[in-house]
Amino acid sequence: MRFRIALIAPALALAATPGLAQEKEIRIGYINTFSGGAAVYGKHQKDGLELALDHLGWKMGGLDVKMIYGDDQRKPDVGRQQADKQLKKDKVHLVAGITWSNVLAAVQKRVIRSKKIIISTNAGWSAMAGKNCSPYFFTTSWNNDQTPEAMGELMNQEKLDNVFLISANYQAGKDMLTGFERTYKGKVAKRILYRLGQRDYQAEISQIRAAKPAALFGFVPGPMGIAFVKQYRAAGLHKTIPFYSVFTVDYLTLGGHGKAAIGTYHTSYWNNNSDDPVNKRFIADFKKKYGYHPSMFSAQAYDMPMLVNSGVVGAKGDPNDVRAMVAAMEKADFPSTRGKFTYNTNHIPIQNFYRREVQADANGNPVIVTTGVVKENHKDSYYKQCKFKW
Amino acid sequence: MIDRIKLLFLIGGIVVCALVPPVAGAAGDDFYVTLFARIMIFAIAAVSLDLILGFGGMISFGHAAYLGLGAYAVGIFSFYGINDGFLQFFVAIVGSALVALVIGAICLRTRGIYFIMITLALTQMLYFLGISLEEYGGDDGLNTDRSEFIAGFDLYEEVNLYYLILGFLILCVFIMHRVINSRFGMVVRGCHANEDRMQAIGFPTFRYKLAAFVISGTMCGIAGALLANLTEFVTPEFMHWFRSGEIMIMVLVGGMGSLFGPAFGAAAYLLFEEWVPDLMEAVATGTGENWHFIFGPLLVILVLFAKQGLWGLIPDRSRRDG
Amino acid sequence: MTWLLLVEQTLNGAQFGVFLFLVSAGLTLVLGIMNVVNLAHGSLFMLGAYYAATFFGLTGSFLLALVIMVPLALISGIVIEVVALRTMYDRDHMDQVLATFGLILFFNESVRLVWGPESQPMPVPDFLDGSVEILPEAPYPVFRIVVILVGLAVGAGLYFLITRTKIGMLIRAGASNRAMVGALGVNIRLLYTLVFGLGAILAGLAGMMAGPIQSVEPGMGEDMLILAFVVIVIGGIGSIRGAVIASVLIGIVEVVGRSILPFAMANFMGEDAAQTAGPAVASMLIYVLMAAVLFFKPAGLFPAQAG
Repeated sequence: MRFRIALIAPALALAATPGLAQEKEIRIGYINTFSGGAAVYGKHQKDGLELALDHLGWKMGGLDVKMIYGDDQRKPDVGRQQADKQLKKDKVHLVAGITWSNVLAAVQKRVIRSKKIIISTNAGWSAMAGKNCSPYFFTTSWNNDQTPEAMGELMNQEKLDNVFLISANYQAGKDMLTGFERTYKGKVAKRILYRLGQRDYQAEISQIRAAKPAALFGFVPGPMGIAFVKQYRAAGLHKTIPFYSVFTVDYLTLGGHGKAAIGTYHTSYWNNNSDDPVNKRFIADFKKKYGYHPSMFSAQAYDMPMLVNSGVVGAKGDPNDVRAMVAAMEKADFPSTRGKFTYNTNHIPIQNFYRREVQADANGNPVIVTTGVVKENHKDSYYKQCKFKW
Repeated sequence: MIDRIKLLFLIGGIVVCALVPPVAGAAGDDFYVTLFARIMIFAIAAVSLDLILGFGGMISFGHAAYLGLGAYAVGIFSFYGINDGFLQFFVAIVGSALVALVIGAICLRTRGIYFIMITLALTQMLYFLGISLEEYGGDDGLNTDRSEFIAGFDLYEEVNLYYLILGFLILCVFIMHRVINSRFGMVVRGCHANEDRMQAIGFPTFRYKLAAFVISGTMCGIAGALLANLTEFVTPEFMHWFRSGEIMIMVLVGGMGSLFGPAFGAAAYLLFEEWVPDLMEAVATGTGENWHFIFGPLLVILVLFAKQGLWGLIPDRSRRDG
Repeated sequence: MTWLLLVEQTLNGAQFGVFLFLVSAGLTLVLGIMNVVNLAHGSLFMLGAYYAATFFGLTGSFLLALVIMVPLALISGIVIEVVALRTMYDRDHMDQVLATFGLILFFNESVRLVWGPESQPMPVPDFLDGSVEILPEAPYPVFRIVVILVGLAVGAGLYFLITRTKIGMLIRAGASNRAMVGALGVNIRLLYTLVFGLGAILAGLAGMMAGPIQSVEPGMGEDMLILAFVVIVIGGIGSIRGAVIASVLIGIVEVVGRSILPFAMANFMGEDAAQTAGPAVASMLIYVLMAAVLFFKPAGLFPAQAG
């Protein structure tokens, strides 16, 4: 039986795609979480990338763009199955998306083995920057460690000594602390790892108060962070121990935080107040189209079609010429919401990181304001371990 | 023993599964090979759960635990570069059996809702254990290589893996058929119908139920080891309680206590998950991700009106006669 | 860790326990009296939070939101009971688990369609914002004290309702012999609908109290649901007294466990390992506790007489 398939399959494949160079469209598989409790991440990113496609007129290098969306339900094996389906059934030219490190870990192997490009629009799994790096892999976001590294730097700059650390007890949570402690020079008062999915933080808040630190550094993403920030505020600690966070406060969660987030600080690669025309147009058009303020997740997803477009143009409209696509994309020659940046040798952006804080606007509602550069052209810490293998 | 029409469906199901790779290959759509491989793996899990759920009346809400254990047996060996399939599957089987023995021994002291909750709780424990296994990726999971059985039988050939899974499915269904129709199976079923009476006759019902629990868990462990091979990835997510719920739904959809029904239930569930979002997307763009909105009420209706599941919808000649 | 902090953590645990009781009270009522495993209790918890958040946002008044939330939760509960659960009473637990699992999927999706996937705003109301100093140097949020008071009031109210009133008597009678009470001319069907409605109000109330200190989002009830089941199984199904004791016990074990374990374990396994293993063991602690309790007392600490 294997015999027959071996004969039939290539014959059909050839018949189905006569002359590989004559593609009329580019098919992009996009995998993200669109259902369940974390669906908001998928929504913000999908809205961002579709705005970019609008700006491109849904054309790349003369080709029509066809998006194929897949819902990973936040499960790694489902994400992998979606990638499988998109590669085999929809015959996509590249796969993009993915919010979670563990889903990326499951998906990347499948995509790279079939020699197709994969672009992360969020997940910053460290292995992809170092030992698992691949020329087929790009990211329009960051490496996990970069943002907390910038935070450590910020705390040095603000001369905060004796800092309390709190993070989630899972891999990304531990990576955040590692990244922070790589740059932070001061003393660590204490570190706490809380349970993933935890919703009540009174016990942790009591410990923080008892330790009397100068400041608190935290990684409390998504709904956990909404609960934490509200409870921190209710306990009145925000007045004495300022809260510095990464991936906790953003426009994605700000509606949930409400006023409780006012007076907190975080670092981000995205300067939302930048005067860069690309950025201004992005924010204005996004608000007009969707009626809400874009988050950094929308911003980094906006960059994905722009990056692909630069690749297709560089490959003279042939999305099957992966080598030419990669060579063009490596130049990072496209209008990005973060302004001009370059790709490192592992295809992770070398980019600026900013200090942002939540302030009250004229009506007392929270807004995020970028208040300075913490680190310019920040490289991730893993690129030296990366050796590309085609 | 089994009605002729149902036997026809059973053979039909196996033939369809056997024909998927050549047909999909001919149509240039390899994806269905992967999809049906996944269906068959969950069919094994669902059939194994049916032994304790449908026949034994033990409502285990923690069957995903063994899926995870089997998967980690493959994953952890692979982590150390040991890809010998015989060793991996042996450990998956023994490991799941031992854990099922311990969990069963604790849980079977309780009944009814207490049993449901304690199986759920112990599986949650294993889930958190998986998350804290930093060495093996923790929450990030673990990339694994596919098992190596004998030289020349390369599981990276999707077709080879497919027929290996099909072989395991047929083997598991056959074993289950023998178990259920043995004296042992009768006792287990008797415990479901009236445990006090079985005890009064002199059967040590606890031991029989425990044995059934262990057989069931072990078989699900095999499904887990196969799942790790298919996805080339292992994650604590395999042990999440939602996953246990999904396997229960497969059993119910297929028909509880029908032995072969749950295999069809697994197919129905996974095909629904695959096709209905696409269908909804085709009707109205952007609605595909809301498929739970249809699936939830459908599940309620199914529970309310189709007690026998899909398997029960197949006309049954013996019942009409008698 | 100082003794004062330990006392504070015990207090935190008790407070979390009372909140857990608030979540599980309706569940144990429905399960104990009607013998229905209602996973959709988590959905009612979520709906309560959404109703309250919406009307709190619209009216600006927390109390007005409460007044509007209660009838809405009652109606939601009654609709669920009449449409889906009424025919489930004689079914085995498996059917109930799956049907209500289906309801969870449906409600999560409905909420997402109506309100969107984002977390909804719901701050602590101004008049409950602030803190009081119970222990020296440890100001306690007023809102959390209110949660304790509401929980205690619910416990006392339920106990009174079930043991001291005529309706309570009928409910208890219906639980031990449904057919007999029906034969005596009591509209048992209506009685059950009311009990389920009461359970829904309690779930909604718990959701509303969770809103200002948690995230109001689709699926927010599921984490709580598992904990609530642990509570009522340890306490003994249907026993209000058991639920109170078990929830405080679990609250204290969970909170004190996770604040002490990482440091206690550091004494014999090294700081780094303990920091990872401590929280992991702590998160398993309540499940170990549950397994241990059920091992020695297979029907919970306080097996209810009825049912």
